[in-house]
Amino acid sequence: MIALSDYLILGGLLFVIAVAGILLNRKNLILILICIELMLLAVNMNFIAFSHFLGDMTGQVFVFFILTVAAAESAIGLAILVVLFRTRRTINVEDLDALKG
Amino acid sequence: MKAIYLTIVLAPLIGSMIAGLFGWRIGRCWAHRVTIAGVTISTLLSFWVLAGFIWGESQVFDGPVYTWLVSDGIRLEIGFLVDKLTAVMMATVSFVSLMVHIYTIGYMADDEHNWPKESRAGTNSYQRFFSYISLFTFSMLMLVMANNFLQLFFGWEAVGLVSYLLIGFWFTRESAIFANLKAFIVNRVGDFGFILGIGAIAMYFGTLDYTEVFAHAPQYADTVVPILGGVSLMTLICILLFIGAMGKSAQMPLHVWLPDSMEGPTPISALIHAATMVTAGVFMVARMSPLYELSETALSVILIIGATTAFMMGLVGLVQNDIKRVIAYSTLSQLGYMVTALGASAYAAAIFHLMTHAFFKALLFLAAGSVIIALHHNQDIQEMGGIRRYMPITWLTALIGSLALIGFPGFSGFFSKDAIIEAVGHSGLFGSGYAWVLLTVGVLVTALYSFRMYFLVFHGAPRMDDHTRHHLHESPVVVTAPLVLLAIPSVVIGWLTVEPLLITDWWQTGDWNPLVVAQAHDSLHTLRAHWHGAAAFVEHGLHALPFYLAIGGLALAALIWWVLQALNPRIDELVQVFAGPVAQVLRNKYGFDDLNQRVFAAGALNWGRSLWTQGDRTLIDGAMVNGSAQTVGWLALRFRQLQTGYLYHYALAMVIGLVGLMLFFMQR
Amino acid sequence: MAQKLIFYLFAIITLWSAVMVITRKNPVHAVLFLVLTFGTSAALWILLEAEFLGIALILVYVGAVLVLFLFVVMMLDIDLAALRAGFVHNLPLALLIAAVMATEILLLVGSSEFGLEQFPKPAPLGAEIDNTRELGRLLYTVHVYPVEIAAVILLLAIVAAIRLTLRRRSDHRSPDPARQIRVERSERIRLVKMSPEDVSPLAPASCPENSTASN
Repeated sequence: MIALSDYLILGGLLFVIAVAGILLNRKNLILILICIELMLLAVNMNFIAFSHFLGDMTGQVFVFFILTVAAAESAIGLAILVVLFRTRRTINVEDLDALKG
Repeated sequence: MKAIYLTIVLAPLIGSMIAGLFGWRIGRCWAHRVTIAGVTISTLLSFWVLAGFIWGESQVFDGPVYTWLVSDGIRLEIGFLVDKLTAVMMATVSFVSLMVHIYTIGYMADDEHNWPKESRAGTNSYQRFFSYISLFTFSMLMLVMANNFLQLFFGWEAVGLVSYLLIGFWFTRESAIFANLKAFIVNRVGDFGFILGIGAIAMYFGTLDYTEVFAHAPQYADTVVPILGGVSLMTLICILLFIGAMGKSAQMPLHVWLPDSMEGPTPISALIHAATMVTAGVFMVARMSPLYELSETALSVILIIGATTAFMMGLVGLVQNDIKRVIAYSTLSQLGYMVTALGASAYAAAIFHLMTHAFFKALLFLAAGSVIIALHHNQDIQEMGGIRRYMPITWLTALIGSLALIGFPGFSGFFSKDAIIEAVGHSGLFGSGYAWVLLTVGVLVTALYSFRMYFLVFHGAPRMDDHTRHHLHESPVVVTAPLVLLAIPSVVIGWLTVEPLLITDWWQTGDWNPLVVAQAHDSLHTLRAHWHGAAAFVEHGLHALPFYLAIGGLALAALIWWVLQALNPRIDELVQVFAGPVAQVLRNKYGFDDLNQRVFAAGALNWGRSLWTQGDRTLIDGAMVNGSAQTVGWLALRFRQLQTGYLYHYALAMVIGLVGLMLFFMQR
Repeated sequence: MAQKLIFYLFAIITLWSAVMVITRKNPVHAVLFLVLTFGTSAALWILLEAEFLGIALILVYVGAVLVLFLFVVMMLDIDLAALRAGFVHNLPLALLIAAVMATEILLLVGSSEFGLEQFPKPAPLGAEIDNTRELGRLLYTVHVYPVEIAAVILLLAIVAAIRLTLRRRSDHRSPDPARQIRVERSERIRLVKMSPEDVSPLAPASCPENSTASN
């Protein structure tokens, strides 16, 4: 049978892949956003697995809200990306160093 | 009675406030009228109180008049303890003060000349002066009438403050400022010990009230305080209190302020530095006799310090040329006598000498002031001489004062000084032999310096310039009247009071005795045993060693500064040249001033400067204030490197943090 | 057994496509692989009896959000080579961190902690249990305030996204009704009194500067 640990490991591996993706594609803002989506997916996976194995629907409620917030986040993130590209003609993260101290 | 005691204390204060705060409105006349009225009220009431104790049935008064605050079981209150000791002091203080007030009218009459023309500093100086001396009277009365240590300390400090104001009265003069600062600082040194002593009393007794402390003192006779390897509590308290007395009563080595304080106007010298303020220390030790009787160590210390002061300061008086300084050193020497008497447990003799000394020393100072007025504020005795013919009253009263000072039989000083020497001779304490020798030789020295001054001032050929000599005349009546009024007690007071004060148990009122003397320390015992009346005492004194020494000194002084002076006007200089290095040491006052100036003053200055440069500027400003700012700045400069502004660096930091956090969970 | 087979199949596809997401050169491909990842994940969720969320993931997430990603990626003219630079250079560090994290996660959530012994498989829910109804009941009763807050967040996201991307172009021409109705007669018409004169054809055609009727 498929145990809870299997789902958790799957979620963990998805998360690790997402982290590796951020580190690998650290210049591409779009890919960074995509990797964040992957991370959220990994977290949702854990929530649903726990919800199933504990018999508690609240985990799914949480996933529902996470999906909501993630949708809002990606919408605003992409909007910012578009504005950024319009003004700077680039989405290279290395060019975005206005915060440098 | 409480109302009367309050009036005695407050009358001078009110006078002082009126003259001080409204002096510019009421003018000079009303300023001295109102202050003299206040002091007169005090004097008359003090005499009435004293009379009540002598002839009446007055009882000891001990009670609070006002509770200031109660904290942790200690009551701080203003209260009066009036017994015979207090009554004697009150009468002496207020009487001498009244004489000085009257005399001041004449002395300060042309005070404007003592101020720089262009400055307004001298405005209303006359009124200010009266305000100060009345305030001084108030402070001194508070001190002697106190029934607790707090009020004693208040009076003690107030007296110090007013003396500071008065010594520096002519504050446009550099030397006056120096002198009053010196007096104030040296007194602070003494007060430091004094307040430590009071603190020790408050700590161990839990009260500041005299009677309670005295009642419980014997219980602590064997208590040992664990400091400096264990000191007897009583010895500690007594020596600390005596350090205060050393400052106020100018005992070596804290005596240096008194000669310099002659910068103040002469009435002040008479009031503060002869008759009243400097006696505060003597009075305090006498008042604390129940404590001092419990510590032989403290008594020996007092004995040795007093005798040393009495002898050595008398010697310095020999080489002084300022008329007031001669008297100042004489005061130091006489204070030494009183303190020695305290050390020998002859408290009665000390208070007796305090009283007689108050009269004749005030007399001498006022006489000197009279001479100074006549000579237009020239104080150098080398430029006097022959004044006897021009100022007969001053001359006569000064002669009486000088005779009283050297203890000529029959004059008041004789009774008190002889009693002290007798008492010290019979004391069994450590150091009493040393003290007896010094005091006895001191009689010779006293006679020498007193009559050196007397002959140089009043006899011989006039050495002042012609202009001054033509204007030489007797002082006005406001000056001579106090002289006469003080000369009378200088002669007779000894006859009248020696028996009650020293011989009988007059001090006792009911079961209260202010001057407690332990059986073993009772040095006046022999004198009491062989007492056959004042006349017999005088007659006995005529065959005693001190008399021969006094007469010898007088004769020697007459030989040198009268007979030889007539032959060679520069005899004084010659004598000093003859004495050579000894005179040099005396002129340097044993180097105390140099020591203070070079070691303590310069040391404090250097210490303060190094604290400023090293402590304040380098450590606090440099290392702590600027240093912390610089450290923060430096760290910020380093940490700023971490803030690259690149998104992936922050992401990497977060990821590494996450890895670390998971490692932490794996540990569990 | 069938469940196990389905799980492993979808799990492997999920991981593989996730790896492809982060390694593709072309962002369009990356997004498409992301769609695949989400799709297989949705299948896994349905396997976990979370039917509503599985379908919602496909419909809402894949259908809306990821399409938005695709639009954006395609709209932007990106220099892919520049963004790709450093990929090989970052690889060792990324792999190292990934390996460490993976090890840690495997150790933390391994079957010794979350195995079947600790969390036995719950009995399958019957057909009469409606996941959507249950979720809805929870959302609109217990969690009604968070739902409203989520609604506000979504509204905010809409407004923010529109406001951010909205731009006024300088070459944009359109009439401004507000200005049009505010106009005054004096701004448009100027009456000039002129005496009849002989207009010479050689005279220059002068035009008073202020007499224009344009805005």
